[in-house]
Amino acid sequence: MEQFLKTLIGDTLLNHVIIAALPLVFILLYALVAIYVEMKMAAHMQDRLAYMRTGWHGVLQPIADMLKLLQKEDTIPAAADRIFFILAPYIVFVGSYAAFAALPFGSSFIGSNLNIGIFYIVAISSLVVVGIMMAGWSSNNKWSLFGALRAAAQIISYEIPSAFAILGVVMIAGTMNLQELSAAQTGGIQHWMIFGGTLSLMKKLIVIPVMLVLFVVYYVSSMAEVNRTPFDIPEAESELVQGYMTEYSGMKFAIFYLAEYANLFAVSAIATVLFFGGWASPFASAMTGPLWSTFWFVAKGMLLVCVNIWLRWTLPRLRVDQLMYVSWKVLTPFAFACVLALGLILVW
Amino acid sequence: MPIHVSLIHFLFISAILFSFGVYAVITRRNAIMVLMGIELILNSANINFIAFGRYGGVSLDGQMASIFVIILAACEAAVALAIVLNIYQQFNTVNVDEINALKE
Amino acid sequence: MTLLASLELFDIIFYFFAFVTIVSAAVVVFSRNIVHSAFSLMFTFFGVAALYVMLNADFIAVTQVLVYVGGILVLLLFGVMLTTKVISVEMKTGTLQTLPASILVAVLAGTLCGIFWITDWLTPVARNAELPATTSSGIGRALMTTYLLPFEVASVVLLVAMLGAAMIARRERKR
Repeated sequence: MEQFLKTLIGDTLLNHVIIAALPLVFILLYALVAIYVEMKMAAHMQDRLAYMRTGWHGVLQPIADMLKLLQKEDTIPAAADRIFFILAPYIVFVGSYAAFAALPFGSSFIGSNLNIGIFYIVAISSLVVVGIMMAGWSSNNKWSLFGALRAAAQIISYEIPSAFAILGVVMIAGTMNLQELSAAQTGGIQHWMIFGGTLSLMKKLIVIPVMLVLFVVYYVSSMAEVNRTPFDIPEAESELVQGYMTEYSGMKFAIFYLAEYANLFAVSAIATVLFFGGWASPFASAMTGPLWSTFWFVAKGMLLVCVNIWLRWTLPRLRVDQLMYVSWKVLTPFAFACVLALGLILVW
Repeated sequence: MPIHVSLIHFLFISAILFSFGVYAVITRRNAIMVLMGIELILNSANINFIAFGRYGGVSLDGQMASIFVIILAACEAAVALAIVLNIYQQFNTVNVDEINALKE
Repeated sequence: MTLLASLELFDIIFYFFAFVTIVSAAVVVFSRNIVHSAFSLMFTFFGVAALYVMLNADFIAVTQVLVYVGGILVLLLFGVMLTTKVISVEMKTGTLQTLPASILVAVLAGTLCGIFWITDWLTPVARNAELPATTSSGIGRALMTTYLLPFEVASVVLLVAMLGAAMIARRERKR
């Protein structure tokens, strides 16, 4: 990507600005699509039709929604802590946006080819926790504070099984570099990590069930990290008003909303890079190349996002103690056992 | 002071952070503020380790020491905050001046 | 003026992050409101992580963000929010004997900076090509060979700290 821009406009600071701004454009476009897809999927699963008036079958509705949010009055409660109230949504958004810097959008489109790519993504997602606590505290509202503390406890509890799942994949691949991870999964669907990567066939038979369990562990804990049902107690619309976002309106609420969708795509993208080949095409030699690889990456990411939306509108919400139980007593032991098994298999 | 970044810039930063940490530990009355001062002191020591590891020959010893400092800082913060919570349940305050009774 | 013109991008970024670190550390220490202190401690940790990156310690920088911001800071915030009996957001924490403390700390800082300035540091010139591209493999290898014993002891310390913290913070039933 850098080479391409260098040949276009020369080696200037503008290069870096463009590379940094491209994921933002992607997030904005994707959010419009994701909001529409979510509303339509939810509606059809509940046997009703959603928006039908704005544009053909409601295609222009997300734009109308964004315009409505932007022109709403931006209220700040009188007794709230002004600086942190204004800062909190931006910190939450930065936490999810910074993860896009290390995602491999294609074989030659990556913001920053970090050698510790996946580790960096896990670490920078902890900004979201601090941002949520900032939002909950500075609203000066009991319900916001409860929602924020619950959200923080939930996110840090689910970081552990997701880190174990990531550790398992990194053990097989031998690298934390996301571009190399995707490149190691090229050459057909049998080289995808969820089918054992590039191990021998004997080892693959034992590794495939372990990788399946690791994928389920990672997917469930990633759903908890982005506060989606069945883990959306922090934003429980029927219990805590809007949780930590109660006092937010207008532009700030739009930023929270955008951050939630950006986070959703980021964790789905990480799941595809780790388990489903990243930008590698499922066919061994057809549909490969820089632009095709970008298509595959976005398509696989959107597929996992749709699965997430499907689960959101199917499953009921877990209670707070059930949520903690699932993390500490179910996911963590399973993930730990899988990593142990993987270690033994790899050493053998 | 040289304008290009060298070892001494990092040492100055660590000295200033260390002094801030010591000021917080000496002066503040809230137990959690004291803990924050301790974290600042630990961070300044870490900067020192890594700066010397980088500018004193190409080796990883500074970074190894720094890893262990981070690990132990995490342990110490966890235990210290557990103690602070327990003290709050007993005395109903975290003001270090008012926590002055031994167990009867 | 020619001195300023010889600033490279590396120097500018360093001065920016040094400024962020020191200013946020000052806010941590001198702020009246403990929640303001806790949140600006986050900026201090990020500034220190950026300084680690400038010192070619990429793995340590990410570990710093993960452990300090994602772990210790969240712990501190929980501690702050659970141990204050407030109805409003304003929380004032007092200070005592600021003048003797300021003088003592200024003397300490002056002594340290003086020693750092005067000493003739032995710094072999490290050409950029010798610095490893990534430190993770080197750290991993060192942890398994030279530093194996501290590694194992550190894991035992972590286990003991986890158990101890969970046990101490339990709500004791009144006998």
